[in-house]
Amino acid sequence: MKDVTQPGEGVGARLPRKEDDRLMRGRGQYIADIRLPGMQDVAFVRSPLAHARIRGIHVPEDLKGRVFTAADLDGVKNIRAVSGLPGFKVSEQPVLATDKVRQVGELIAMCVAPTRAEAEDMAARVELDLEELPALHDMLEARKPGAALVHEHWGDNVFLESLVNVNIEAAFDAPVKVTRTISTARQCMAPIEGRGTVVHLDHRMDQLVVYTASQMPHIVRSGLSECLELDEGQIRIISPDVGGGFGYKAILLSEDVCLAWLARKLGAPVRWLEDRREHLTANANCREHHYELTLYAERDGTLRGIDCEATVDSGAYSAYPFSACLEAAQVASILPGPYDFPSYRCRTWSVATNKCPILPYRGVARTGVCFALEVALDALAAELGLPPEVVRLKNLVRPEQMPFDNITKKHFDSGDYPEVLKRALIAIDPEKVRARQKAGEPDGRRIGLGLSIYCEQGAHGTSVYSGWGIPMVPGHEQAGARLTPDGGLELRVGVHSHGQSLETTLAQVAHEILGIPVARTRVFYGDTAMTPYSTGSWGSRVMVMAGGAVATACTELSERIRRIGAHMLQADLADVRFENGRVIGPHGDVGVNEIAHTWYRRPQDLPADVDGGGLEVTSGYKPLRDSGTFSYATHAVVVAVDPEIGEVELLDYVIVEDGGVLVNPMVVDGQILGGLAQGIGTALYEEMAFDSSGQPLASTLADYLLPGAPEVPAPFIGHMETPSPYTRFGVKGIGEGGAIAPPAAIANAINDALRPLGVEMMRSPVTPRRIVEQVLAAREAGLVEKQGASANRSAA
Amino acid sequence: MKPAPFEIARPREIEAAVALLAEGGDGAKVMAGGQSFGPMLNLRLAQPSLVVDITGIAALKSVREEEGAIVYGALVTHADVEDGRAPDVGAHVLSRVAAGIAYRAVRNRGTMGGSLAHADPAADWVNALSALGADVEIAGPSGRRWLGLGDFLTGALSTALGAGEMLVAVRVPKVPASARFGYAKHCRKVGEFAHATGALLVDPQKGTARALMGAIDAPPLVIADARELFGGRVDAGFAGRFDATAAAIALFDAGVSDPVERHIHVEVLRRAVRQADGLFSPQSSPSSRSAA
Repeated sequence: MKDVTQPGEGVGARLPRKEDDRLMRGRGQYIADIRLPGMQDVAFVRSPLAHARIRGIHVPEDLKGRVFTAADLDGVKNIRAVSGLPGFKVSEQPVLATDKVRQVGELIAMCVAPTRAEAEDMAARVELDLEELPALHDMLEARKPGAALVHEHWGDNVFLESLVNVNIEAAFDAPVKVTRTISTARQCMAPIEGRGTVVHLDHRMDQLVVYTASQMPHIVRSGLSECLELDEGQIRIISPDVGGGFGYKAILLSEDVCLAWLARKLGAPVRWLEDRREHLTANANCREHHYELTLYAERDGTLRGIDCEATVDSGAYSAYPFSACLEAAQVASILPGPYDFPSYRCRTWSVATNKCPILPYRGVARTGVCFALEVALDALAAELGLPPEVVRLKNLVRPEQMPFDNITKKHFDSGDYPEVLKRALIAIDPEKVRARQKAGEPDGRRIGLGLSIYCEQGAHGTSVYSGWGIPMVPGHEQAGARLTPDGGLELRVGVHSHGQSLETTLAQVAHEILGIPVARTRVFYGDTAMTPYSTGSWGSRVMVMAGGAVATACTELSERIRRIGAHMLQADLADVRFENGRVIGPHGDVGVNEIAHTWYRRPQDLPADVDGGGLEVTSGYKPLRDSGTFSYATHAVVVAVDPEIGEVELLDYVIVEDGGVLVNPMVVDGQILGGLAQGIGTALYEEMAFDSSGQPLASTLADYLLPGAPEVPAPFIGHMETPSPYTRFGVKGIGEGGAIAPPAAIANAINDALRPLGVEMMRSPVTPRRIVEQVLAAREAGLVEKQGASANRSAA
Repeated sequence: MKPAPFEIARPREIEAAVALLAEGGDGAKVMAGGQSFGPMLNLRLAQPSLVVDITGIAALKSVREEEGAIVYGALVTHADVEDGRAPDVGAHVLSRVAAGIAYRAVRNRGTMGGSLAHADPAADWVNALSALGADVEIAGPSGRRWLGLGDFLTGALSTALGAGEMLVAVRVPKVPASARFGYAKHCRKVGEFAHATGALLVDPQKGTARALMGAIDAPPLVIADARELFGGRVDAGFAGRFDATAAAIALFDAGVSDPVERHIHVEVLRRAVRQADGLFSPQSSPSSRSAA
């Protein structure tokens, strides 16, 4: 399957984004922009405690009929996000709490009023009688026997335990063994737009119309239909402009179900807009992993085996549709990363705690495993006295092994992994960096160089997800393509575009096939009534899947165009070809505009036996193999670390990636830059901490630090294009990669700077406080020569 | 995150504002630029019954020069100082501090008086103006009074303002040409409230020095005679004699019990000292970059 890439507007063109004209002028339409006549606002009464039995909810008499609790929710079922993996324990998540609350921020009652401020006033007057229970805030404690129970009937707090063992015993006699405890903090996703839902009844269509900021509208429809016991046809989901998703907007929230119930109950439009406090404390949590990791190796750096125990804090409930086990169970299958080695063991636990459910965040488990494995590899390199790039080159899968089935049976479709490392090294220039490091800085800061490499399985399909047994399995992806009577093109896709630039890139794909100008192509998405079914936008899948579907539909459409064109040219079908938007015959040619006009407006000019299918096609697509595309990259970073204050400055950042054939390299750059910013957040800033009673310690963006523009350097981005042999045009999914590698690369650079001081940071985020703590501890222990001030000991 | 209901008044005269505050009692709160108070209202951390918006009082926007000092009206904004619309007490002394406060959007609305009255220990004006020995003028039901910042700041988020009183002006002594002012802070990101602030006003000609360590969850620790931090004298090469142990002991005595925090505070002060000594330019150090 080799399609010709040509410049212009097709695949490969650096076309400016069509959607920017609207978005940059402030003309986007988000949930909060929607105004419906008579719309009322909802505020929720949320649990102030992490774990408590509900003894009573007292609603003041004058608020009756405007405040609703679980007792009012007739006919609403719990959210149940099951997994088919053996041993999985199901959590029942009532949309409003019934007997117990299991996390701070859990919904207890909803208050409806003409304005949000009035609804909040009402919420403040609802009194709760709660009996506090011991709260589980530490997943390792929660795993132990005798811990308090989040879900009593389970008997323990483990959603799921898994074990993969590939001959680990064979590695035990390796001459070098390096063990580290590594962890990543709980984070919040923090898209610029939070969640929001507006629901009204469309009596004409007998439909509940749910406007909600979702990256997976069709899945939300299935979830709502299950919880409300409505036919799917009775529900229409409209997801308008969405200001960033990152996985958070993949989830069916209790709030969505509540609002849908409420609109039916009141017969009036209702709205809930998530505020930042709700977002941070009650909903958008992700990422919290803990690893005990051992690497076995030869003295030359060759890996003999990896042994790992990984625990993921899954929070109180299993989130719909991805379940509570997506992270931990994936850890076991993807920890080996881009490396080839013979022995492997990984045990994982998905642990329930009294925190928000953990949700899939850009990179999902990959960011955690990349951090764990890549910082451990640097520890191994340090132990061996080898440069980190040497250890990696020893173990990376080689191009001649492609396609390659790794130790966990992941099927790498194509690529040259050592090459992205070599190119990144050329760009970052380790010799120069190490010379500077050796010379020392005049201001006392220390220079460090860090690398990390990852592979990103994207667009994994039926064969992968059917094994998980979660409520959603992607099958064929579909797209609709319709020629308008004047020769324009309408595309309909079930995925969403919340930063992916699909209005531009899918039009480019269509242009590649049909030659219709991108400006004359419209992409419709985000409405279950107007688009084919799709699991939506997640898992770095949209360009592979929806792009492939658009190409398939357009190819079929081009054949229909060709047939009508042949009629019009009075030529044999065999003698005409379709090229650049024209049907060309032996004695003349005819353009798409004219063909469309004839089909729609002058059918009398066509013969009676013309194909009645016309100029509208919906067609489906799957790659030749649906085990996923593997894009990959090397990130290399130079930092300056102040060991006395712990400040870290990113001096240089290099990314060399291979995302297969790039439909629009500028859009890919944008995806990488956004991911890099998030990865820097994971590395240095973002942490949702909890106290011992399970209270979240960041409730505003003053406490939950996100990197801003000054904290994100402009990286050098280099592209390689190794086509995937399995996908249309050879594209690969690249949506998450930018967020996967930075935490490991930055931590490795910091460790490179600080190792001579006896310091090694194995926990994200690497904060100034943690750096100084370790620097002082190392000095205290006499690990290194005394540096700078040592005043604190004498004062302490 | 919507505020609880409150009344709002927008007086045009200081006297009218004072009368409203006296009448409103504990439930009345002054709002100037609203950059801290606004979020507190929205988070319902503050639930006043009456908000007295003083931004309509023209008298609070004036700046006047006095012998050896400049008096800033309470409503002078950070951006006024940053951009030089309000005169500085010395070459780039306050403008440099102002430029490092939060973000430009905050600086456009946030005021010097509001910042001091809010009394966040990590705030730049609280620390920089304490280091420079500023006084504040207070208007209340019984007239006007002046108070040194050290007496005005009584705790984290707490001041000596009494019932019906409001801050109306800030008098900042001019920095003589012979003196240097070093100011450094440690923020995890640009625009964040500081985790440690250090300042040194030093005049080697006169042999005087005044040091400050701030953002310690309490009013800043001011060492009025800071010669003790430099072996008893501040002549040439004083920065090289910076006595980190003495600074750490002072912090310990001020209740900073955590050794890591102490270390960071001392090191931030060391940067301010180096800056004042001109040993390296502010631009070359990341923590002072935001204040530069």
